[in-house]
Amino acid sequence: MSSALIIEQVLNGIQLGVTLFLMAAGLTLIFGVMGLINLAHGSLYMVGAFACAVVAAATGSFWLGLAASLAAAAAAGAVMEILVIRRLYARDHLDQVLATFALILIFSEATRWLFGSFPLYLNIPSALSGAVHLPGGAQYSLYRLAIIGVGIVVAAGLYLLISHTRLGMRIRAGESDREMIGALGVDIRTLYTIVFALGAALAGLAGALVGAQQSVQVGMGEPVLILAFVVIVIGGIGSIKGALIGAVLVGVVDTLGRFLLPVLLEVFLPPSQAASIGAAVASMLIYIVMALILAVRPQGLFAANA
Amino acid sequence: MTRERTVNLVLLLLVPAAALAAQAIGETFYVTLATRIAILALAATGLNIALGLGGLVSFGHAAFFGIGGYAAGILATHAFNQEPLLFGLPGSKQMLVIWLTSLVASGLVAAVIGAISLRTSGVYFIMITLAFAQMIYYFAISWPAYGGEDGLSLYVRNSFPGLNTLDPMTFFLICYGLLVLGLLVFATLRASRFGTALQASRQNPTRVAAVGITPYRIRLVAFILSGMVTAIAGALYADLNRFVSPSMLSWHMSGELIVLIILGGTGRLFGPLAGAILYILFEFVLGGLTESWQLFLGLILLGVVLFARGGLIGLLAGKERHG
Repeated sequence: MSSALIIEQVLNGIQLGVTLFLMAAGLTLIFGVMGLINLAHGSLYMVGAFACAVVAAATGSFWLGLAASLAAAAAAGAVMEILVIRRLYARDHLDQVLATFALILIFSEATRWLFGSFPLYLNIPSALSGAVHLPGGAQYSLYRLAIIGVGIVVAAGLYLLISHTRLGMRIRAGESDREMIGALGVDIRTLYTIVFALGAALAGLAGALVGAQQSVQVGMGEPVLILAFVVIVIGGIGSIKGALIGAVLVGVVDTLGRFLLPVLLEVFLPPSQAASIGAAVASMLIYIVMALILAVRPQGLFAANA
Repeated sequence: MTRERTVNLVLLLLVPAAALAAQAIGETFYVTLATRIAILALAATGLNIALGLGGLVSFGHAAFFGIGGYAAGILATHAFNQEPLLFGLPGSKQMLVIWLTSLVASGLVAAVIGAISLRTSGVYFIMITLAFAQMIYYFAISWPAYGGEDGLSLYVRNSFPGLNTLDPMTFFLICYGLLVLGLLVFATLRASRFGTALQASRQNPTRVAAVGITPYRIRLVAFILSGMVTAIAGALYADLNRFVSPSMLSWHMSGELIVLIILGGTGRLFGPLAGAILYILFEFVLGGLTESWQLFLGLILLGVVLFARGGLIGLLAGKERHG
């Protein structure tokens, strides 16, 4: 096992973490501001991926597709908020879970009806398709590095948006006392729609970026959604900083676990057993990490307003 | 007799009546449909202990459903291949042994999941139960010994002393008998001192703590019982399909169980049965009309959540007098 391989796996883990962060940031923002648990966030991820694949196939440009994914997911999010989600803010979490579960069924079946069950393919843009040489002689996919870059830019952008703009000030005010900012004359309904659309756009962006690496298909958002839940539970619901740290932690632990555990177990066990037990334990690793963190801190690492 | 009781009685008699009528005209397919209703209703009745009485929105009950299923699958496979299971103990094709194993296994897992998850509440609880169920789901997928992603087939339906379980009607009656037993457990629990404390900890945990009861312990016991009832349903489901796969553990299954309760009516004794009847009817009628029946299920569900909060029983029998 060379150091180049380990560097590559760590970068893969960070890249997975960045994708999870794009999903988790929206989820945690929506929960923090509106107190809503949104299972249909994975559907917005899927909408972004399909929009990117369709527009990229029609125009030949990945970049137009990427813009389309942001626009389509934000629009889908805004429509979803106005038609359904708005009625759920005052309801309990059970109603929110069910209504957004119903939205998943509707989005998945509608997408299957429109595009069929076969996956669509989306190619990595040619400008990003090569590999780069890392110090230490390793080679690494430029596209994956670009995803990590996008994640860093989005994290910085969110930080600036929330701590340095008027919109961000209103979002923070909405988190701490929604009745008061309504009384102060802020149009809270529009603010909620904007926050929801922003979260949706981030999910759509994540869908498009991952869609180019893997295939674009119905149901692609669900595994990511559940990992994003693990991320925000670890990070503390409502905290963007927690989402970032939780996402990178989950991404790195999951990737390194799958890579290292079978190798480590080979020290004690015959290779075939080590491979199967290692794979089985590795698939459970992030949940074990989550359980351990919760056993110590039930509100997560950076609980915002518990 | 109150209206809810009349509705309950009709629901209780409707399913076996339908199964007997189907048997009489020789359409055993409908007997199987009735069996699925009974099994899903039992699984949701288990969840209803945690969700309806305790207000614990577990989004991970597929874990227990799947554990029951895998208990049946694994024991039967070992019995078929005549391989010892653990510590030299043999497998078994006896339903009674399988049910007992399901109860013990799911009880232990529910104790661990519950002990950690119940330290939190609200949205955290929903997400953590979901995450634990996913953990077991991924374990089942990546553990190759029992079929992994492909699942596990049971060569023949397991047996029950003195009965021919291969006969669809007999198997239906076994499942239906267990459903009635499950409903009795639910009703007894609800009326007991324990059930009162459990419902009180849903309504006002601070007050419950003030009178000297620890809500955490009450909830944990309820969560364990809830998982055990759902696991029995899982074992029956494996026997019905003669097949177990990780899809029994998937989060769609957990969602469906909650959907059954809400379609029928939250917190009602017969809510899960009403929900299961509706769900299977939707699947059968809409599924016969269009491949994308889940789209319409989603729309109906959305309508129920937004506009008809009492579910079917609420619609038929009016509002609950106390919640």
